[in-house]
Amino acid sequence: MNSVKSKARLLQGNEACMYGALYAGVEFFGGYPITPSTEIAEGMARELPKRGGKFIQMEDEIGSIAAIIGASNAGCKSMTATSGPGFSLMQENIGYAYMTETPCVIVNVQRGGPSTGLPTKISQSDTMQARWGTHGDYTSITIAPSTVEGCFRETVRAFNLAERFRTPVIVLLDEVLGHMREMMVIPEEGEIEVIKRHKPDVPSEWYRHFEITPSLVSPMASFGQGYRFNVSGLTHDQDGFPTAVPKEIKDKLNKLRRKIERYADEITRIRTEKMDDAHIAVFSYGTVARTAFQAVKMARERRIKVGAIQPLTIWPFPDDQLRDMFKNVRKVIVAELNMGQLVHEIRRVAPRHTEVLPLQRYDGNVMTPMEILDKIREAVK
Amino acid sequence: MATETLNSERIHHYLRPKKAFPNVWCAGCGNGIVMGALIRAIDHLELDKNKVVVVSGIGCSSRMPVYLDFNTLHTTHGRALAFATGVKVAKPELTVIVITGDGDALAIGGNHFIHACRRNIDITTILIDNKIYGMTGGQFAPTTPGGKMATTAPYGNYEKQFDPVRLAIGSGASYVARGTVYHVHPLERMIIGGIKKKGFALIDTISNCHTYYGRFNKEGDAVAMINDMKKQAVSAKAAATMSEEKLKGRFITGVIHETDETEFCDEYQALVDRISGKEGR
Repeated sequence: MNSVKSKARLLQGNEACMYGALYAGVEFFGGYPITPSTEIAEGMARELPKRGGKFIQMEDEIGSIAAIIGASNAGCKSMTATSGPGFSLMQENIGYAYMTETPCVIVNVQRGGPSTGLPTKISQSDTMQARWGTHGDYTSITIAPSTVEGCFRETVRAFNLAERFRTPVIVLLDEVLGHMREMMVIPEEGEIEVIKRHKPDVPSEWYRHFEITPSLVSPMASFGQGYRFNVSGLTHDQDGFPTAVPKEIKDKLNKLRRKIERYADEITRIRTEKMDDAHIAVFSYGTVARTAFQAVKMARERRIKVGAIQPLTIWPFPDDQLRDMFKNVRKVIVAELNMGQLVHEIRRVAPRHTEVLPLQRYDGNVMTPMEILDKIREAVK
Repeated sequence: MATETLNSERIHHYLRPKKAFPNVWCAGCGNGIVMGALIRAIDHLELDKNKVVVVSGIGCSSRMPVYLDFNTLHTTHGRALAFATGVKVAKPELTVIVITGDGDALAIGGNHFIHACRRNIDITTILIDNKIYGMTGGQFAPTTPGGKMATTAPYGNYEKQFDPVRLAIGSGASYVARGTVYHVHPLERMIIGGIKKKGFALIDTISNCHTYYGRFNKEGDAVAMINDMKKQAVSAKAAATMSEEKLKGRFITGVIHETDETEFCDEYQALVDRISGKEGR
């Protein structure tokens, strides 16, 4: 007990995210300063050289995402961290990472937008950008924790998913979560599983960098290893060479989608509270989930049969799990710090008997438990 | 230091003849000449193919890595140097070569270009400088001379031009040379010099786009344009004794700038050694 206590640390969400990345074995960080994410880059600049890892402050966010994709192809677990304006600048190369099936982790500590917006205020208005930000067809994995410990654990999970599925993974934090301090114990080595990249063991003449394997996820060689493959953002065949053959184009795009969709159950993570007998549900994610859980507790004290649903994986959207949860739910409150983003997904999946009630705040402040409680009371009427 | 003419078997050793060909370039394009020079330079240096990474952006010249049997990374428009920086920092033991064009390196990629020079990171950049955007059909570039015609300069270009050599020197590159696709042996030697140099190397390579630039500006076919390079090129040594008037309309070739500055990855490693030593105390 004492030893655990002595290891407890008071950490910011941004710091916990940084330590989570180190736990997951990050070897390369490329970033550019931007509020409210900068503590992640500062921590990496301090910690990575000590561990033989690589830190580089790039000239802009476009360069940052480019550098981490380059480093990942050279075999390093790679990461960048930014906020809204920087996330916008990264979009083209995030698409390049999807297309070239390059594992990497992109943390977006959200602030208010559009444009420069509210650099020091909370928002959840990049939820849809995380899914649809870059051009073209693809499927995103996006994770949104709500506690400091969650920032640590979900960053480890983001690296695991990126390496497991050869894809970029987006971690959405927000200004309040990034800067909030909570007590947490950093897990011992081995306590959380850390996935290593699946490397090829075939002779180089057999190796196909983008092979469509039965599992849909192909092993990945790195530069210098002896495989001499081609990586291109042009639509390519299984060897990585540009193609205009309709079947090869279709196969490539299908692979990008299906390698995620097939494993949606493995990727999805949902936390629920008091949903067993609930007729009303509060759906929320990120920092708002903290408020929602508190509001549900307050409502239960008033004998209202309400529960809370918090997806930790927001993309791919957990359609099946939610449909199942909504079986006995008459009303679902969708609480978000934006003008309505995931509410559209809930409307899409909600059965006919479930009424969708949006609750939105977008003035740069957190949602209070009382706001949600008032909405719950309204729903009871 | 003379490179040998390679027989086709030796050339094929460095190409991907089965998968990547035919190439996308117009007949007579200078890109192929540069690719040949690069292959002969790498052959001369006896580099292990597995330890060479060729990175490019978008444009005609940036299609080159696809044809080459190395580790190849064909990236997004303007970003080759940022991707290459990630590769080099991650694995400094790899030889990293960037193939880029004048639009790719100096317009959309200008920021990455000056910062790669400033860091003096050990990347050899071959900038194929044909003074126009070829792949998109002949728009003016940051290197298009004043008065010249392009599809987006239908009344003649009225913008000022970048000189990539002066830009690289001013930004801190430690090896800066200019070659042409006419002077192919000196070009090979410049590429060899650039790869051997520990630090950022730029080889600004004057090339021909007879399909657009030559046609729009009545400069003739590929042969005529390449012959013009012979007339316009002045060695750095000869230029030193020439008046400004005599130099008008001509350009200086050769290794124009070379210094021995500390290199980025070496500096980073020195930092790692320093702080890990401190930790041990």
